[in-house]
Amino acid sequence: MTGEAHQHSGMTNGAAPGLVCLTDDGLAALFAVLREAGCEVIGPTVRDGAIVLAPLTSVDDLPRGWRDRQDAGHYRLAPGTGPARFAHAVPAQGWKRFVHPPEARLWTARRDSDGDLSIEGPEAPPAPRAFLGVRPCDLAALGVLDGVFADPGAAHHDPAYALRRRDALVIAVSCGKPAASCFCAAMGTGPAAGDTGADVALTELVEGDRAVYLARAGSPAGAALLEAVPHTPATDDHHTARRAQADAAAAAQVRALPEAASRILADATEHAHWADVAARCLACGSCTLSCPTCFCATVEDSTSLDGATATRTRRWSSCFTEVFSYIHGGAVREERGARYRQWITHKLSSWHAQFGTSGCVGCGRCITWCPVGIDITAEVAALAADRPIRNRRAPARLRPQHTGPRRRKDDPPA
Amino acid sequence: MDTAPGADLAARLTQTAAAARVPASMTALDPMRPRPFRIERWQRDLSDTFTIDLAPLEGSPLTFRPGQFNMLYIHGAGEVPISISGDPERPERLIHTTRAVGQVTNAMKALRVGDVIGVRGPFGTPWPVEAADGHDVVIVAGGIGLAPLRPLIHAVLARRGRLGNVVLLYGARTPEDILYRKQVSAWRGRFDMTVHVTVDRATGRWSGPVGMVTKLIARGGFDARDTAAYVCGPEIMMRHVAQALLDRGVAAERLFLSMERNMKCAIGFCGHCQWGPDFVCKDGPVFRYDRVATRLAQSEV
Repeated sequence: MTGEAHQHSGMTNGAAPGLVCLTDDGLAALFAVLREAGCEVIGPTVRDGAIVLAPLTSVDDLPRGWRDRQDAGHYRLAPGTGPARFAHAVPAQGWKRFVHPPEARLWTARRDSDGDLSIEGPEAPPAPRAFLGVRPCDLAALGVLDGVFADPGAAHHDPAYALRRRDALVIAVSCGKPAASCFCAAMGTGPAAGDTGADVALTELVEGDRAVYLARAGSPAGAALLEAVPHTPATDDHHTARRAQADAAAAAQVRALPEAASRILADATEHAHWADVAARCLACGSCTLSCPTCFCATVEDSTSLDGATATRTRRWSSCFTEVFSYIHGGAVREERGARYRQWITHKLSSWHAQFGTSGCVGCGRCITWCPVGIDITAEVAALAADRPIRNRRAPARLRPQHTGPRRRKDDPPA
Repeated sequence: MDTAPGADLAARLTQTAAAARVPASMTALDPMRPRPFRIERWQRDLSDTFTIDLAPLEGSPLTFRPGQFNMLYIHGAGEVPISISGDPERPERLIHTTRAVGQVTNAMKALRVGDVIGVRGPFGTPWPVEAADGHDVVIVAGGIGLAPLRPLIHAVLARRGRLGNVVLLYGARTPEDILYRKQVSAWRGRFDMTVHVTVDRATGRWSGPVGMVTKLIARGGFDARDTAAYVCGPEIMMRHVAQALLDRGVAAERLFLSMERNMKCAIGFCGHCQWGPDFVCKDGPVFRYDRVATRLAQSEV
């Protein structure tokens, strides 16, 4: 039994192959249908000066008009007046928090007066949800997480993850305005939402002062959803505009990872550049928190005062902490450079051996949210070069943001 | 849309793309949930090392292969990976030998017969005992490393007829730190097995070898070019032992090590135990030397 077989049978069974057009009101109707069906709708919205993913009460919670600017160590949000609700690039967070929560109770153990243990759990899965506005890179990231926690061919599965995934209807939205930090085109994950993986794939087009949504169903659920809302067949102009948006969004991307990234990392275990990264890296873990595929977690036990009840909680963890690799006698990775090497080597190289794919989807969040602007694409370029990079000013970690490696369209490729 | 009954639509909305890839079997078992086991026997081996025998409160015994490990949960303290050190032919006695070095293992040391702990497992790759068929066998243990090797010794002796010479080389810190002392003596007394023990530091009336366990390799007793070797101990000891065995002519494809890394889940979910492309919990802990030789020589991988 392979995942692909299941996936494809699901795609063809009742999925509407055609592209249809929803008006702005049609999007609101789609939202209403989901709510009436008992789905909690989660999507992008503005909070704390950033676009984050949160439960929405209506389409008016979507970040209409808002534009984001993202670059190495840089995120700024600006209001706008346009009708587009998805004019931003990737939200600050990925979707992993909704399928692999930052904190989850695994079980509770109770010791009775005889000293016997009874163990209950985990916590019940959430009610059905809809993920609205999933960027193609983030859709790919959900697929990557599936490979970790819910691979049908694996010996073990995370049942809580599998239930959260099963019960979430995914509405992807193609990306029309990638940020400077984005490199999905090079990773083959975007900027346009493909025909697989999502239940509905949307493309937002601006026609004058209104937005329309081209939609294609990718599952029986998606087909049912589109049938339930007013729509018209997409026109030839729509098809053309959709392709043009995808081409422009791909062409606008200024960063890239080489196809050989996996081999470059595999060959770079011993490289002078690790010391260079170590001088800049704060080991803060922002990259692992913001990465939509970083899945590492630790477990913590909390015990009641009488000692009778103990609760085991899983929390996100980061390979940038020293305790992460601790065994009796000390941490395996004491050096910061070794920890960065572990992270980037796992992400871009080991992941292929472990799960048959790259762990990177090109969302660029690790670049945006690194407080010192460490850029995964620039580091790979430096590691690909035989000679170490020694021309950066020290002490690097004390430098203000925005002075890290940045590339513009007019810069020569690194 | 006004013709579709709401309940029907809600049912259709559950037929997501992801649902097609989540069969019921995927959500039936929770691999993170321990089974309660009762301590049937608690025995002190050394000043800081003890052995517990476990039996399940309910259900069938836990069967395992030599070299595999369990996650042991001590109520109120936490969970740790501990190798199984009993006889795989006698799974009704689930035996773990543990050195108290941290919070959880010290809490385990304070337990008594009748106490209940949680067990998940068995996990990990076994010692490939069949790789020794038709060959001599060298088993090299350092300190507590004898514990994960004891099931292998049981298995080797169970298939003794298919093997050539069998040699156990064991290094302990001092004569007082020799684990399974009676059993080591019994093995030494067998005519079909050679046992050499060395200590880092001689105390009392010790008249045996003193020094690294690598020195014992030079004593021979096996045809290096026709030998399967199994090594467990501190990582630096395994590096030196592996090199000494290779220098003597043991084939890298017939040399096996058992690695230790931080583990929180034992099933490849927590990420802590990664060692290069491998998860030590599921791709190991037992590795064939030639597949890991490069990274074994690299620091902080």
